[in-house]
Amino acid sequence: MLTTWFLLVAVMIAAYVVFDGFDLGIGVLHLFLARTEEERRLLIRTIGPVWDGNEVWLLAGGGTLYFAFPLLYASGFSGFYLPLMIVLWLLILRGIGVELRMHLDSPVWRGLFGGAFGISSLLLTVFFGAALGNVIRGVPLQRDGYFFLPLWTDWNVGPQPGILDWYTVIAGVVAVVALALHGANYAALKTSGELNVRARRAAAFLWPVLALVTLVSLAATLAIRPDLLDNYRRMPALFAIPALVAASLFTMRSMGRSGNERGAFLSSCAYLVLMLVGAAAAVYPNLLLSTTDPALNITIYNAHSGEHALAVGLIWWSFGMAIAVGYFVFVYRMFKGKISTGNGGHGY
Amino acid sequence: MDDALFMHRLHFAFTVTFHYLFPQLTMGLAALIVVLKTLYLRTDKPLYNRAARFWAKVFGINFVMGVVTGIPMEFQFGTNWAQFSRVTGGVIGQPLVMEGVFSFFLESAFLGLFLYGERKLSRIGHWWAAFAVFAGSWLSGFFIIVTNAWMQYPVAFQRMPDGAFHVTSFWGLLFNPWALIQYAHNMCGALITGAFVMAAVGAYYLLDNKFVEEGRVFLRVAVVAGVIACAVQIFPTGDLHGRMMAAHQPATVAAMEGLFKTEAGAPIVILGQPDAESERIDNPLAANKVLSFLIYGATTARVKGLNEFPKTDWPTNIPLLFYGYHIMAGLGTIFVAVMAGAAFLLWRGKLFGARWMLWILLLCLPFPYIANTAGWMTAEAGRQPWLVYGLMRTGEGYSKNVHAGNGLFTLLGFMGLYTLLAILFLFLVRRVIERGPVDEAGAEAGSGMPVTLA
Repeated sequence: MLTTWFLLVAVMIAAYVVFDGFDLGIGVLHLFLARTEEERRLLIRTIGPVWDGNEVWLLAGGGTLYFAFPLLYASGFSGFYLPLMIVLWLLILRGIGVELRMHLDSPVWRGLFGGAFGISSLLLTVFFGAALGNVIRGVPLQRDGYFFLPLWTDWNVGPQPGILDWYTVIAGVVAVVALALHGANYAALKTSGELNVRARRAAAFLWPVLALVTLVSLAATLAIRPDLLDNYRRMPALFAIPALVAASLFTMRSMGRSGNERGAFLSSCAYLVLMLVGAAAAVYPNLLLSTTDPALNITIYNAHSGEHALAVGLIWWSFGMAIAVGYFVFVYRMFKGKISTGNGGHGY
Repeated sequence: MDDALFMHRLHFAFTVTFHYLFPQLTMGLAALIVVLKTLYLRTDKPLYNRAARFWAKVFGINFVMGVVTGIPMEFQFGTNWAQFSRVTGGVIGQPLVMEGVFSFFLESAFLGLFLYGERKLSRIGHWWAAFAVFAGSWLSGFFIIVTNAWMQYPVAFQRMPDGAFHVTSFWGLLFNPWALIQYAHNMCGALITGAFVMAAVGAYYLLDNKFVEEGRVFLRVAVVAGVIACAVQIFPTGDLHGRMMAAHQPATVAAMEGLFKTEAGAPIVILGQPDAESERIDNPLAANKVLSFLIYGATTARVKGLNEFPKTDWPTNIPLLFYGYHIMAGLGTIFVAVMAGAAFLLWRGKLFGARWMLWILLLCLPFPYIANTAGWMTAEAGRQPWLVYGLMRTGEGYSKNVHAGNGLFTLLGFMGLYTLLAILFLFLVRRVIERGPVDEAGAEAGSGMPVTLA
């Protein structure tokens, strides 16, 4: 039961990263890829009708965490207080940036909101990457299950680190590159003409960077947390995950080269999911690692909520998710194909 | 008072108060837009669809503000109220996830179709998109009320040895009797905001002699919906809510009414300034025996005063609670009078020419927002000093690891950001109202020919 909820939370986080990931990637990329107002508008149109629904995965995932593992939610959210609040501000700016941009036909207005959209997307990506880095590195959990991290200390990975240290900055960089590439693949899938060419060129440019930072982050992770390999040693079949990560990267490149836009985008989705699966497999059954004493780790066994809630939760959660997936299929079907200029842009 | 506790309370109070300015209009307008779309389907008059499209534009801006200010609410349970989340997550985590799973996905999927997809959908299809957005927003309200109702009147739980609350009945939690009454009362409040906003814009158009045809539609729909909502708000929902509080939160009711000492045949204080230290009301304007009658249906019934309860269980801010309640109830009463007057004129066919009434409707615009806010202040200040009524004190729930300085830092950040949002909202909505309910050339709504769903 607890493992099931661990998996469900992981699934929701992965869904958030894959879906909102390309929104964020488009946010970052539209600052660079688009050269005219028309092109910026086209890029934003590729996510216009879907970004809000994609963001719901974050809320639903956060809520599921709250419901299934209240101790983790309480400890993690209060301990990461400052970066989370900054994330909230950035989510607000991203939302109004993308939604209000088209309300006035003025270069100043659109520049302002487009800029807010792009910069908040970039910073969100950095913070999400760093957040994952923090979970993998661990935090100085106290005996009462709480901790509080400053934004930075001496940038070193020690027992009393900050949110940002050299390791989590690497994780932030991986996230920026991975989601920018994800966004480029999505842009290539949804656009045509000059913009499509540029999106594919951006993807080709970002690919070796991502391969490099993925390797660097893997090496860095093993350097600071050698014990993360314990699960892998115990169950060697898990080594298939990093192999699949590499496979998804190579498929992404060959698909990109052969002009299979859908294949490249799906490989990019697979890459993100597999990276998260790899991390989840390494930390399980822990939810939040302690930097000081493994006995203080927050695990699925000490963080879960009541039996009845979790058992009944499985029923309504599955039911609700089935409906939600139905909505997603419906919306993406309505919205399938390449974006064009002219009317029908959902107001973006 | 503990500095950090005060800061965390202010943080949540500020962000939630600002946030709820938007959902109340979202929920109220969503229902009225469904009414307009239904009128369009039934009468086939483009006028109704033009009216619906106009309100969809206001709705779109309002909805964005609600979404972006809503996300921080869910996070703040963990960031600012960690200990509360830790012990109650197994109970109220449930309605909070259900909100995401059952209503946010629904809303987000159909909002785009509703706002911009009219040409892609058939007329019935577009009506369904509007209905889905309405259902999503009302469902979302329900789950939030379930959460709050459990804090007001905890049911269907079991306390574990470590202090954690575990839910024992899924349906018991979802259909908490408190939640049902609170939901009815709250949704009427949202409808009142929607109706007054729609009526104010209609009145403005008529007074300014522009978009007169649409303005009349706004007034007709808003006044009919408004008079029903205003009446139901007081009776039965407000009445039931008051009785329920008298039964389960007697100290709160005593403080709301400013009743420091138990009285048989207790008066209702209509105006006055409570002095919590000397335990009296200054300058009271009171109606004898009315309070006893309202609560127990008998003018001689004994109503418990605050003196019956230990001071440690008194609501922590009695003046705020007293004013919150009186502002809500006072405005609610005025709303009934205004809407009843307007409805009478409408029935007699004189509303559109009665400029004095149109002026009143226009000037009423801010007051439903104030009444809804004051009502929530009553509920939340009235719940004090408890986080979970009678079981967990507010001082036990906040994040002890987040000091007051961090709390103030982020509170100031939200204040700055929300000021910006407020300016943007007013600016954009004013633009929509000035442009009026016209179909812009080349807009989504341009062609009269509905295109069937591809």
